[in-house]
Amino acid sequence: MSGFTDRVDLALADRILKVAVERTAGTAEAKRAVAVDAFPDFEAARDRAAAIKDHVVAHLGAYLEQFEAKAIAAGAKVHWASTADEACRIVIDICKAAGAKSVARSKSMLGEEIGLPHALAEAGIGRVETDLAEHIIQLADERPSHIIWPAMHKTREQVSALFKAKHRSPHEEETIAAMAESARRELRTQMLGADVGISGANFLIADTGAVCTVTNEGNAELSLVPPRVHIVTAGIEKIVPSMPHAIHMLRMLARSATGATLTQYTTFYTGPKRADDRDGPEEMHIVLVDNGRTKMREEGLAEMLRCIRCGACMNHCVVFRQIGGHAYGGTYPGPMGAVLTPVFDGLKQSRELASACTLNGKCQEVCPVRIPLPTLLRGWREKSWREGLEPTSMRWGLGIWAWVARRPALYRFGTGVAVRVMQILGKKGWISRLPLAGGWTRYRDMPKPAPQTFMNQYKKGRRT
Amino acid sequence: MTRKVALFVTCLVDLMRPRIGFAAIRALEAAGCEVVVPEGQTCCGQPALNSGDRDHAVALAKQTIAALEPYEAVVVPSGSCAGTIRCHYPELFEHDAAWLPRAHAVAGKTFEIMAYLDEVCGWRPEGVSLDAKATYHDSCSGLRELGIKAQPRRLLKSVEGLRLAPLQGEETCCGFGGTFCVKYPSISNAIVGEKADAIDATGADLLLAADLGCLMNMAGKLNRKGSKVRAFHAIELIAGMGDGPAIGEEA
Repeated sequence: MSGFTDRVDLALADRILKVAVERTAGTAEAKRAVAVDAFPDFEAARDRAAAIKDHVVAHLGAYLEQFEAKAIAAGAKVHWASTADEACRIVIDICKAAGAKSVARSKSMLGEEIGLPHALAEAGIGRVETDLAEHIIQLADERPSHIIWPAMHKTREQVSALFKAKHRSPHEEETIAAMAESARRELRTQMLGADVGISGANFLIADTGAVCTVTNEGNAELSLVPPRVHIVTAGIEKIVPSMPHAIHMLRMLARSATGATLTQYTTFYTGPKRADDRDGPEEMHIVLVDNGRTKMREEGLAEMLRCIRCGACMNHCVVFRQIGGHAYGGTYPGPMGAVLTPVFDGLKQSRELASACTLNGKCQEVCPVRIPLPTLLRGWREKSWREGLEPTSMRWGLGIWAWVARRPALYRFGTGVAVRVMQILGKKGWISRLPLAGGWTRYRDMPKPAPQTFMNQYKKGRRT
Repeated sequence: MTRKVALFVTCLVDLMRPRIGFAAIRALEAAGCEVVVPEGQTCCGQPALNSGDRDHAVALAKQTIAALEPYEAVVVPSGSCAGTIRCHYPELFEHDAAWLPRAHAVAGKTFEIMAYLDEVCGWRPEGVSLDAKATYHDSCSGLRELGIKAQPRRLLKSVEGLRLAPLQGEETCCGFGGTFCVKYPSISNAIVGEKADAIDATGADLLLAADLGCLMNMAGKLNRKGSKVRAFHAIELIAGMGDGPAIGEEA
């Protein structure tokens, strides 16, 4: 894997990426603002959403047990996985037991997190991604770059070319409707022929044992109802106590993600097909995945477990808007990804993500469940510093500066010297090349300071 | 009743643009305050805090608290330094029973200068005029940690002849981010490049903000791209010093 800064350089050099990210995130930002303005009291709704999640996370064990009992009572089978590998193994075993040759998958970031696409390929099981954007990603053999719009990094022009290269009977007219029709022709038969349908879950309802999915394309319903077996993989933090809680979270989710009041399709699956049902799977399996979540709760990241995966933080992030999702290098990009990736990939691998943030606080401002993302990112910076993962130059530089800053008299002397040096380097008010600050002067000029510091001038009696 | 206030100059103003400190004194005195500049101050420790270097952040916070606690009120011409003292000092001493009350006490009496002049003093500049069209950038820490938004605009409204042109994306980060701008210069450059274009698009003569770090970033980019927009800390205009050299201009 190339380093973070290499991926950033690639992303910044890609002007098409910039256009693609700006189109989608820019639209989402504008639509969210309208939706939030129209909501009677969004701030109170955020408080309530955060409180619901905090309550569930504090009583996770009890709600999970309740959910398990209710899901079993509805006829589903419940599996517990503590790691990503274990979760994949459970899914593969179910597929093999069902004699599955192909699965239809409805977009799930948890599936990406545990590496399910890869595990299915290794087991020789065919996979049809049924979400339109995931279909694009599968055709291009890439990874999602956003948690809501996996193919956000592609422009419609690029998608058109991809469909023409890969679809059996591609569109001829260059319209979005014609392109969608081409994908529909390609996907429908494969979806209906799948042996197993696999989905994630947006919410797990503790008091009914229901699993909720939301989509705008209806692909979840079409992938999960016809096959004989439905497998759900869900993070254990997806639980809510009851339907009214789920409804509240749904209102927050849709508005924060796309600015819509609700997604086109919101479905609750409670157990497999019952005797008098006209359709539905014969078996329903729910795999509850920990994969570091219990540890997050214990190690100061409990607030991150509030996350409902809306993507608002990345849509509003100045860094994400410049570099897109792939540069982050993990399953989840943007501010929430920068908090989560060290949990899954280790801090040593991903410590730069927390640093590549201006701590401007916009992500926290738009988060529907008020996750203090800047605080959590500072927490990773602190851990990285404590564990000695930060570059030596940074450690020494900051160490010397702090040592001097703790000695005001020496500090005054030092700043006096610094000002005189900068005076010499400056021309017509500006410094265009400054030693030790090349990162600054490569792209912008540094104003030349006054001949004397404030403290020196003040000491000499200047007052105004 | 005269308000006695301590000015926390901030390390950037001390080093790069002392004028802002003197403008702060001038405005505070006009608002009826008696201003002192405590000797023991250097930096609030924000660079260490944001780099994860907790030990040095704590050490500098203690030094700053000790320097500032004798005074009735502390005024800071920077939203991010004031935010560090107000919001982050109490967090730093969360588990330190001896220092937590001291951190809270200083946090409670520390104010960003726009908020102090506008909300505490209820003051407006009088007899200050400048014939110019300006645009205003809301620096993130001041905006989101301290709610600084209307205060500078209310104060600037009393500067006769000054017209404020709205800045597209005025609440969007300029890409400074403290050490971020030198750790990830290319990302920072992409962000400030867009900010500079937005500033140019306003057709304003002046760029105003209330945080020197952000101002140096934006002014430095504007100068590099050949823009004619001149940058000032808002307090300079409010104190009647808007006729002097802008950031990067020789006195």
